[in-house]
Amino acid sequence: MLAVIDYGVGNLFSLRSSLEFLGVETVVTSDKTEIEKADRIILPGVGAFEDAAKKLRDTGMAELVKRQANSGKPVMGICLGMQLLFEKSFEYGVHEGLGLIEGFVRPLTDIVPRELKIPQMGWNALEFTKPDCPVFKYIENGDYVYFVHSYYAADCDKDTAAVCDYGARVTAAVSKGNVFGCQFHPEKSGDTGLSILKAFSEV
Amino acid sequence: MITKRIIPCLDVRNGRVVKGVNFEGLNDVASPVELAQYYSKCGADELVFYDITASAEGRKLFTDILCETAKKVFIPLTVGGGINTVDDFDRVLKCGADKVSVNSGAIRNPDLVSQAAKLYGDQCVVISADVKRVDGVFRVFAKGGRENTGLEAIEWIKRCVGSGAGEVVLNSIDTDGVKRGFDLEMLEKVSNTVSVPVIASGGAGNIEDFITLFKTLPKVDAGLAASIFHFGEVRIASLKEAMAANGIPARLQRGA
Repeated sequence: MLAVIDYGVGNLFSLRSSLEFLGVETVVTSDKTEIEKADRIILPGVGAFEDAAKKLRDTGMAELVKRQANSGKPVMGICLGMQLLFEKSFEYGVHEGLGLIEGFVRPLTDIVPRELKIPQMGWNALEFTKPDCPVFKYIENGDYVYFVHSYYAADCDKDTAAVCDYGARVTAAVSKGNVFGCQFHPEKSGDTGLSILKAFSEV
Repeated sequence: MITKRIIPCLDVRNGRVVKGVNFEGLNDVASPVELAQYYSKCGADELVFYDITASAEGRKLFTDILCETAKKVFIPLTVGGGINTVDDFDRVLKCGADKVSVNSGAIRNPDLVSQAAKLYGDQCVVISADVKRVDGVFRVFAKGGRENTGLEAIEWIKRCVGSGAGEVVLNSIDTDGVKRGFDLEMLEKVSNTVSVPVIASGGAGNIEDFITLFKTLPKVDAGLAASIFHFGEVRIASLKEAMAANGIPARLQRGA
């Protein structure tokens, strides 16, 4: 059973649909017992970091996710969910994340040339920095995925699994042991995205 | 490098695609779900579903179909048509839409864009404008292009983006249906004015028109069309190959 954590951030229709389409037994839940019972966890998220981090803490999900990840259970953060895995974000102030991966979340405007639009919205190619990352099992270097984001993960070279080129090298995916993160939306990235979710469901 | 997006637009009335014609390997071309799956397989980067029903029953049927599509098609979906309130945003977002496009609804209620952007984020709100030259001035038209609102188009679009619209679909009534290419003059004005993605709509007749669009106006992010894709006059896979061959960043299907 895969648990998608529902903590009141964003619309989980497409993520649930994509996992069901793959035949992965999925529960979208805020129930802690169910999450503890699941054999893997997805932390989704869209919107503002501060609000999402607060909701995670207030609902007790922050501690739970950390405990589960530290016990070795596979955890994947998607989009803002990936950013929440990091130590801190500099989105409108400074906010604490879960600290499961070392590094910081910073505005794309810090590194992206001014003529490019923010957010990065659209399809960009993955350039693997860790080709053996288990969630890349069914995809190839150069495959395209769909991004929508204005902030990116920085200072995390050793855990970066893939980058994309948006006028600068932008962190696209991270992995550290049993913890994974995608800045892009696998549930909106066609066959490539489905393949990533399938691989995660088998980790 | 981020790629230029190719977006087929499906007009849906009473649960069926209007203009669906004839496709090899597709049993029911009028089924929005099947057509959406087909386009996704061919390499469409995104889909627009446009609800052209007016009745409540038609609207219910539309959202049912949207839900069914979003359970089988995993590329971004934009929904337009009949979006007048924040509740309309909620209705289609719950069914798997990623972005919602407003047109007449924003003209009637200019606060709609800012209300929706605040609730769902800028990236979710698309301003769609039907624009036509009247005595040398770009004017915004409402009611599917039948009514001149008197609004000056560039100012209107700027205002909507200022209120939180995260993307602009610019449909030129002057070139729409003529199939002699996109309205480059109008698109240049708009893409020089706003800093959010601009989607060109109206006028594409062949592959060359897309190549000209992206080569002439590198600031334009996407090209949208309906009948040339539905009628098979332009095959998305061939279009993508031609874009790549011309040095335009395009998402090619693996093995294609």
